[in-house]
Amino acid sequence: MTGAALSLGFYFPANGKEIEIIKTESAENLGIELNAWISIDASGKVTITNHRAEMGQGSFQSVPQIVAEELEVNLNEVNIIFAQGNREKYGSQITGGSSTIRGSYKKLLHLSATAREMLIEAAAGKWNANKSECYAENGMVVHKPSGKKLSYGELVADASKLTPPKQVELKNPKYYKIIRKPLPRQDTPLKTNGTAVFGIDKKLPGMMYAVVERSPRFEGKVKSFDDSETKKVQGVTHVFKTQRLVFGHLYEGVAVVANSTWAAMQGRKVLKVEWDDSGFDHHSTGQLYEKMKDQLQKGNLISYKTQGSFPDAFQKAEKKLEALYETPYESHSCMEPLNCIADVKEDSCEIWGPMQGPDWIQSVAAEALKLPPSKIKVNMTFLGGGFGRKAFTDYPYEAVMISKEIKAPVQVVWTREDDMTGGPFRPGMVYQCKGGVSGGRIAAFETRMAGQNMDVQNPGADRSTYNSDVVEGFLEPYFKSIPHYTFGDSPLESVIPVMWWRSVYSSTNGFALESFIDELALAADKDPLSFRRQHLNNPRYQDLIDKLEAVSNWKAREKNSGWGVAITECFGSIVGEVVKVSKNAEGKLKIEKVWAVMDCGWYVNPNIIAAQVEGSIVMALGAATKHATHFADGKAVEKNFDAYKMPRIADIPEIEVHVMDNEEKAGGVGEPGLPPFTPALTNAIFDLTGKRIRVLPFDMNEL
Amino acid sequence: MASFTLKINGKTHTVEADPSMPLLWAIRDQVGLTGTKYGCGIAQCGACTVHLNGNPIRSCSMPIKAVAGKDITTIEGLSENNSHPVQQAWIKEQVPQCGYCQSGQIMAAAALLKRNPKPTDKDIDTAMNGHICRCGTYVRIRKAIKTASQMA
Repeated sequence: MTGAALSLGFYFPANGKEIEIIKTESAENLGIELNAWISIDASGKVTITNHRAEMGQGSFQSVPQIVAEELEVNLNEVNIIFAQGNREKYGSQITGGSSTIRGSYKKLLHLSATAREMLIEAAAGKWNANKSECYAENGMVVHKPSGKKLSYGELVADASKLTPPKQVELKNPKYYKIIRKPLPRQDTPLKTNGTAVFGIDKKLPGMMYAVVERSPRFEGKVKSFDDSETKKVQGVTHVFKTQRLVFGHLYEGVAVVANSTWAAMQGRKVLKVEWDDSGFDHHSTGQLYEKMKDQLQKGNLISYKTQGSFPDAFQKAEKKLEALYETPYESHSCMEPLNCIADVKEDSCEIWGPMQGPDWIQSVAAEALKLPPSKIKVNMTFLGGGFGRKAFTDYPYEAVMISKEIKAPVQVVWTREDDMTGGPFRPGMVYQCKGGVSGGRIAAFETRMAGQNMDVQNPGADRSTYNSDVVEGFLEPYFKSIPHYTFGDSPLESVIPVMWWRSVYSSTNGFALESFIDELALAADKDPLSFRRQHLNNPRYQDLIDKLEAVSNWKAREKNSGWGVAITECFGSIVGEVVKVSKNAEGKLKIEKVWAVMDCGWYVNPNIIAAQVEGSIVMALGAATKHATHFADGKAVEKNFDAYKMPRIADIPEIEVHVMDNEEKAGGVGEPGLPPFTPALTNAIFDLTGKRIRVLPFDMNEL
Repeated sequence: MASFTLKINGKTHTVEADPSMPLLWAIRDQVGLTGTKYGCGIAQCGACTVHLNGNPIRSCSMPIKAVAGKDITTIEGLSENNSHPVQQAWIKEQVPQCGYCQSGQIMAAAALLKRNPKPTDKDIDTAMNGHICRCGTYVRIRKAIKTASQMA
């Protein structure tokens, strides 16, 4: 920072004490690693360095909205810039687990209030006034008795000489003017006129374009390739074998580099590659699911969470139920296909692209190039969707390798087919649920999950440990109200790379668990919502159920329609959804309406929350009723949107979203709206038709 | 390779290209207008939608030789300053999330309203069903088209 500026950031002292706020300049002198910071320059302009990615979820708006509130500035005057990937400086930047707000709101509030207090103190000093007579408003400090005003720009030079106060008072949420308001997003105008720069839009002088023919079977090696036709395509400059790092395995491909994307694609079309596909399994979907079911049957289980004695309680229960649920492998299919620009020089490297984890990319590139991380600059752009896929580092790794080879900046673009077939995928899952009901309550509950564990894919990872995520999505109070339960998993070994997909394990667990709760409610002869209420004895959950019941008019539901409910918990937030379905004159099933109630505790922007819940419901609808990735002979089958069908505008029901108002701590927003939709839908279909759907995806037109 | 004259947003550009190259890549890589997006390459997602003589087309599947000399409008040419009713409605209803598909959605909506200023829900379904939004902004797209139809 040059010139007069007040620049503050926060850091975490190593001794585990509370976060501390210090000036960035002193931080640099002391060699302290700072997290996100605010700076105000002599013109009064406020700049916030956002260390997280903007992939649609709204961090670009919600982070400034928090800062503007406590700093007392006009939101439109806050300028937000993306930080570069730098773990030394910002700590973890991985934008996943719906963590941006819940992970940093308290720090951002403190940071902003601290800056405000320093500006007030500077003004009081100038006026020789008592600080208590001054207050901040709209980028100015006002001296109440005299009505004198000084702008932040006039105060930064003095404020920057002060020591940040140790204690600052935060606003009572009831006085919020900016937080909790449905303010329009600052990035919207950039996204309606084509000016938002996504990774794929970035251009560098002298930049080349590359596409890669990757092994269609995940661990296939390049045996040989014939590029004689490729080299004849005008514009093609280089063809060579390349690699990308996927969970410790080097996946192979042949890169075609040209002076335009199209020329590179044309060159690739006439490239002939012979693959060595030996030494690993060529799985097909049927085999994978058979294997998972077989493992469950044999009881090859790692036990995770147990209370009481499930076998005894199940044995003694008045009614016993068993059910098997299946969920498919899925592709993330962000609308912006994977792409990355790398510019590798002798002793440095710069990267641009759509990425959820710029700091991870810095580490991976540093290791690949054997350079210190400080020599790797990682620049974030807007992301055309992320959903977990762009938290992975394989595509920047590959771009780095290609740039290193050609000694020039290069943009590697994945075609839709590359993006859809390359993985990593959401893992397919099979759940075996058993439950017993006595006296109208759940007496015993067991869930066994079979599927790939996303955490143990690296060679040498400990595969004997349980997957604790088997309970993701399940509501906390059930662990108190169900006297006997057991949860466990049976990990599936496969070469298919798997990765977080919006709401991660909750996206599939929610379907099994909340479908089975519905089946138990029926066995207990209870209304599904009342049955849940009876087991969720906690005021926060009861409030949510009350709200859901009221907004959906649950008690007055009509007989000729089907109604379903589901409630799940994910990344610190609780979401309940009610779905209403009906049949039209031709007997075709239609989703009439979805009501969603989101309890994410302390929140920033209700309109962004509504948008995230609407989007989560649409994404869940796709995975429930439209698309799945299948494998045949070791290759992904669905390659583009003609086969991997997406929900479209005509498929979308009316969606009504409500946000709970309370003082609970902030929870996630981008993902928790997804898990309850599918079980609420299939529970509604059961209510209307008596048909229980236990395998996804299913076709709405074939019911 | 051949030389083509493209009329994009009222300006003339001369590009050297393989005649079978889709218009999309000429617009993005050669003319340098990056608001038009690559999404699928097979006319399934609508992210690459531009206007050809006022009608929406999928530029990923339109060879450059077929469009030379015709009037092409991209998102950048829809208005000078985000003032087109569809852009205004998109801002008012806060439609975009990631925003990647929205250029195509907006171009399709603008073409719909030009030929049908008061579209019904069914008209909106027909005109917009070729467009995928992975963020799931469809509810707002429908609302914004109705808002724009009242603005125009």
